Amino acid sequence: MSMDRRTLLKGLAIAGAGAVTPLEASEKYTAPPDDAVGLLYDATRCIGCQACVTACKNANDLPGNRYDPPRDLDGYTKNIIRLYEGEDGTYSYVKSQCMHCIDPGCANACMIGAYKKREFGIVTWDPSRCIGCRYCQVACPYNIPKFQWDTGVPKMVKCELCNHIIYDPETGTLREGALPGCCQACPKEAVIFGKYTDLVADAKQRIAEHPERYWGPDGEPKIFGLTDGGGTQVLYLADVSFDKLGFPDLENEGTAKQAREIQHGIYRGFIAPVALYGVLGLVMWRNKRAAGKEEG
Amino acid sequence: MASHSHAQPIGGPLNKKFVTVMTVILGIWAVVVLYRFIFGIGVVSGLTDYYPWGVWIAFDVVTGTALACGGYAVAILAYILNKGKYHPLVRPAILTSALGYSMAALAIILDVGRWWGIWKIPLGGWPSVGGYNWNSALLEVALCVMAYVGVLWIELGPAFLEKWEATSKNSALVGFARLGLKFYDKAMLWIVALGVLLPTMHQSSLGTLMLLAGKKLNLLWYTPWIPLLYLISCIGMGYAVVVWESALSHRAFKRERENDMLVSLSGAMVVVIALYLLLRFADLVISGKTVLMFTSGWLSLVFWVEIALFAVPLFLLASKTRRSHFPNMILASILLMLAGAMYRFDTYITAYNPGPGKTYFPSLLEIYITVGVIALEITLYYVIVKRYPIIGGVPADGSAQ
Repeated sequence: MSMDRRTLLKGLAIAGAGAVTPLEASEKYTAPPDDAVGLLYDATRCIGCQACVTACKNANDLPGNRYDPPRDLDGYTKNIIRLYEGEDGTYSYVKSQCMHCIDPGCANACMIGAYKKREFGIVTWDPSRCIGCRYCQVACPYNIPKFQWDTGVPKMVKCELCNHIIYDPETGTLREGALPGCCQACPKEAVIFGKYTDLVADAKQRIAEHPERYWGPDGEPKIFGLTDGGGTQVLYLADVSFDKLGFPDLENEGTAKQAREIQHGIYRGFIAPVALYGVLGLVMWRNKRAAGKEEG
Repeated sequence: MASHSHAQPIGGPLNKKFVTVMTVILGIWAVVVLYRFIFGIGVVSGLTDYYPWGVWIAFDVVTGTALACGGYAVAILAYILNKGKYHPLVRPAILTSALGYSMAALAIILDVGRWWGIWKIPLGGWPSVGGYNWNSALLEVALCVMAYVGVLWIELGPAFLEKWEATSKNSALVGFARLGLKFYDKAMLWIVALGVLLPTMHQSSLGTLMLLAGKKLNLLWYTPWIPLLYLISCIGMGYAVVVWESALSHRAFKRERENDMLVSLSGAMVVVIALYLLLRFADLVISGKTVLMFTSGWLSLVFWVEIALFAVPLFLLASKTRRSHFPNMILASILLMLAGAMYRFDTYITAYNPGPGKTYFPSLLEIYITVGVIALEITLYYVIVKRYPIIGGVPADGSAQ
């Protein structure tokens, strides 16, 4: 009896120590980091020249031909401009790239942290940690991460806000005056790079100056990304509704939140699995002892 | 704990026709797999950036491991609920489970794009620390499945040791086998407990996984109760597989049918299915989705077909007279396997909608890769039951082995 109890306790201790689930501060997921940077794209300024598409390819060393621009993001395209044309004659360009979510689905999905929300809130991809399981593609509400389907040694590809250009890993700061490829190239400042708080202020000011120019539900101009899906560090203004431009209709909290809460609820402190293991073992041990008595 | 079972090898030569057919299927399969590794997943599959997971995940991994829950489901009965009479079903069930999970692991290697880095998962990206992302249900699934494959083969160990102890001419091997069997006598309990714990964890997490798809998953399938629904349905599928497999091996190897046992196992299925359906509907009603059952267009139809596949076996098995009728039992098992499979396909593919105008249908080569994985599993099962003591009972014609 004592022997088995000791074994059980030892098992509990080992299992408990080995797999304690760290609980992270919840505010990490509800607000952008203080130093967050991002993009503001104003569809009313965009002229669809696609200079940003070419600039993105150059900045990220991706193959492509400016005379045959891609129609969608793919394994070799981190940024595109598409045209929406309504039946009533309204039209709008729209830029697609990673939204750099405040609570990124990809980073929640990724098993050993190939996707991370890093310094300045930039969501990056680390090839040394990626096994190509593509759960990030399932988890991203905007379908942003792309996979290289045509090679035996594929990568996941998505906008990393030109982290390699704007961020200096030695000092841990942003390089003075450095811009992501798309923002360098845009002739109309339709997409601009900046501190998240500055971008929000800028967007609000544009709305205040020209409320008639921007679309919003019930005539109230909307900044897409301010709250959608828990908020994103890339913000959008447009004069047609965002669902027409291909944006999903998201709640004001990250998709990841509920999944995370359920997963953590079940596995909090790894108590439930360890307890279950102990109970299972004890029940079987009693069964075995009872059977032994019957036979003996 | 019945480490010396009454199971015996089927014995006899391998069926030549069977071996030839399997060799051809697996030979072609090897070429297709090589092609996939060299030229990428795109050339052999219908997968896209919008449907990154297809049959390899939905069938080979998610459905495959659920169908491989026979070992888990029977262990709950035999060891936890202490129904000793089920012991003869344990070993064949564990073998199917071990093979099913091993094949799922193989399918994962075929499916992931950067498979050469898979070893980093158990190490959390070692040598750099803090690599595990405990928010990821997939991480939990991956670690649990890897561990469980090992546990299943360890659970099956006595089958191999008994054979060596009984027949090996190598005295060192016999000694090793004796030592091993002694170890099992002491430790089997804790191994089996692990063999019950691990599937409880990852079979539920296979459902939790799809919660991250958020709005891409249709509301009829998106529910916080999904871990529980996955767990309960996999237990039902496990029993169904055991019944079906027992019937099949009765026919193929001319063994006596474990009729009484299968009838009461079918009774266990009734409880499981009833609980599943109760929770499935309770969730929809409580979360105010009742009307969606009728207003979701063709997905409503899919939903009701799925429900019917659960409900019909419930009806077929509900009364003792009906479930004692052997054809009823077999039909119910097959329908229940299909039901669980459809529930999984629906959550992973059919009810998953990444955006307007996006569709997925598996390509021929993609399906062939899955067929090859199944063929490999069947071949291994056949060879192992021929050579090692897995299946209990005496031949129906009474001749001793």
